[in-house]
Amino acid sequence: MSFQITLTLNGTAREIALDDTRVTLLDLLRERLEMPGTKKGCDRGQCGACTVLVDGRRINSCLTLAATLDGAEVTTIEGLARGDALHPVQQAFIDNDGLQCGYCTPGQIMSAVGLIAEGTAGDDPERIREGMSGNICRCAAYHGITLAVRQAARQMDNDPKGDAA
Amino acid sequence: MKPFDFVQPRSARDAVAQWGPDAAYLGGGTNLVDLMKTGALQPARVIDVTRLPGLDRIEVAADGAVRIGALVRNADLARDADFAVRAPMVAEALLAGASGQLRNAATLGGNLMQHTRCPYFMEPDAACNRRAPGTGCDAIGGAWDNAAILGHAPSCIATNPSDLCVPLAALDAVVEVEGPDGARDIALEELHRLPGDAPERETTLAPGELIVALRLPAEAAAFAGHARYLKVRERTSYAFALVSAAAAMRLEGGRIAEARLALGAVAAKPWRARTAEKMLAGQPPGPDLFARAAEAALAGAAPAEGNGWKIDLARRTAARALAAAAAGTPERMPALPASPFSLSEDLSHA
Ligand SMILES: Cc1cc2nc3c(=O)[nH]c(=O)nc-3n(C[C@H](O)[C@H](O)[C@H](O)COP(=O)(O)OP(=O)(O)OC[C@H]3O[C@@H](n4cnc5c(N)ncnc54)[C@H](O)[C@@H]3O)c2cc1C
Ligand code: FES
Ligand code: FES
Repeated sequence: MSFQITLTLNGTAREIALDDTRVTLLDLLRERLEMPGTKKGCDRGQCGACTVLVDGRRINSCLTLAATLDGAEVTTIEGLARGDALHPVQQAFIDNDGLQCGYCTPGQIMSAVGLIAEGTAGDDPERIREGMSGNICRCAAYHGITLAVRQAARQMDNDPKGDAA
Repeated sequence: MKPFDFVQPRSARDAVAQWGPDAAYLGGGTNLVDLMKTGALQPARVIDVTRLPGLDRIEVAADGAVRIGALVRNADLARDADFAVRAPMVAEALLAGASGQLRNAATLGGNLMQHTRCPYFMEPDAACNRRAPGTGCDAIGGAWDNAAILGHAPSCIATNPSDLCVPLAALDAVVEVEGPDGARDIALEELHRLPGDAPERETTLAPGELIVALRLPAEAAAFAGHARYLKVRERTSYAFALVSAAAAMRLEGGRIAEARLALGAVAAKPWRARTAEKMLAGQPPGPDLFARAAEAALAGAAPAEGNGWKIDLARRTAARALAAAAAGTPERMPALPASPFSLSEDLSHA
């Protein structure tokens, strides 16, 4: 079954022709749109490596059929920085050593952006850990990740659009 | 994954009309797409119901009853302030399930209809009477010890994994469906089936029936002041329940006027403990009473597969949930919803 969807991907409108209804958003990004920043860990919703924003909300792209996304706005790790200026969450991961091998990092960062937008964790480390529990880190960089999310949450609270970044 | 046709109907009637024996309704896809990847489910047609109009609303009626559209996402229901104040243990159960990402995608209807996490159901090469009737049950004698302790049968020892369904069963929620033969209501407690000799019939929905909404009766809000969901897991978050309990009570003049108790992950359906509820009514709350009620809730429990530990764990979880409910619903959602670590200020998992 072939069909067409329209997406806004990192701010750019894209017409995408698909020949297979089975394609997930994750495989669409990595295999067909040459956007490999979003990672595949488990491919089953169990690790969070594939986290992206759809219409501003964090979801697991591995369990999302591309066919369902006609008209959606998708933001991936490639869409966060403005030119050379990193997003506050990206900068915070660097400042706080929120990574080791880096494989989980795009998913962690997208999840953190989503969590901060949800506004339920604030800068409470326990609520941040709970809010980030959908992202597994094989290198166990959890302490740095928690500090990074807290730093970014504080900064974005003062400067919600991240214009100062 | 087997190839499939994909359709996006624009009305519930159209969705039902497009249904056939090889079709599956798609909500957030967090369970269906996973099971299609393993090959446990192989629909030839996927009917995306997420664009059906009008099913994404939470409505509070003048009498306090709540009606929730089947497409409301789990995260949005948990964070709806009007809803959470009426049914705090439902919000707590939702927030104790899965992850932030999954809750953003998962729909109410999909959560109610999610399949067992029995690994032999999820793996198409295993024998499973639930997935492939007549093939047997590899979970019996297998390596899964999180099986049922109540209501299981030689045909199937699977459990229902939904956290949401546990407090909903306790609060007498009602499911609204539309199907080929029209619309009807089903008590949530009657939605899931015990296996008996037909484990393949996971629910009482007729073929093609679509969940369109869920109602909580006005009476449910009377329990809001003393209501807790407690979930014991292998890790603090992002894990399915080993056992869970939803406990709620109305207190009047130092006594329990009415109590509700349901257990999760112990059977193929959320397990309402009515005998325990009757024992609690009219009594002053206290640890001895809660222990006896928990004992009664587990009367008839039997290990299915080297999982006798679950019986003790369920008893203690029920008693602790009752004590937590008696102590009062926390003013703010705990940082670790439904976690034993949220019961006392002195405990932290960090
Ligand atoms: C890693 C992981 C961890 C999880 N942890 C938990 C947990 O701790 N606690 C918990 O409770 N859950 C947990 N879940 C399960 C999750 O809650 C469910 O996958 C989700 O609620 C299903 O909703 P959905 O909309 O994505 O359903 P879908 O995947 O779209 O559908 C699920 C089933 O329901 C049917 N269906 C969907 N909508 C309707 C409808 N309106 N009417 C009739 N049938 C319908 C589908 O055909 C399918 O059979 C976890 C899932 C994953 C992947
Ligand atoms: S790759 Fe999607 S959650 Fe692991
Ligand atoms: S940094 Fe290696 S997996 Fe997280």
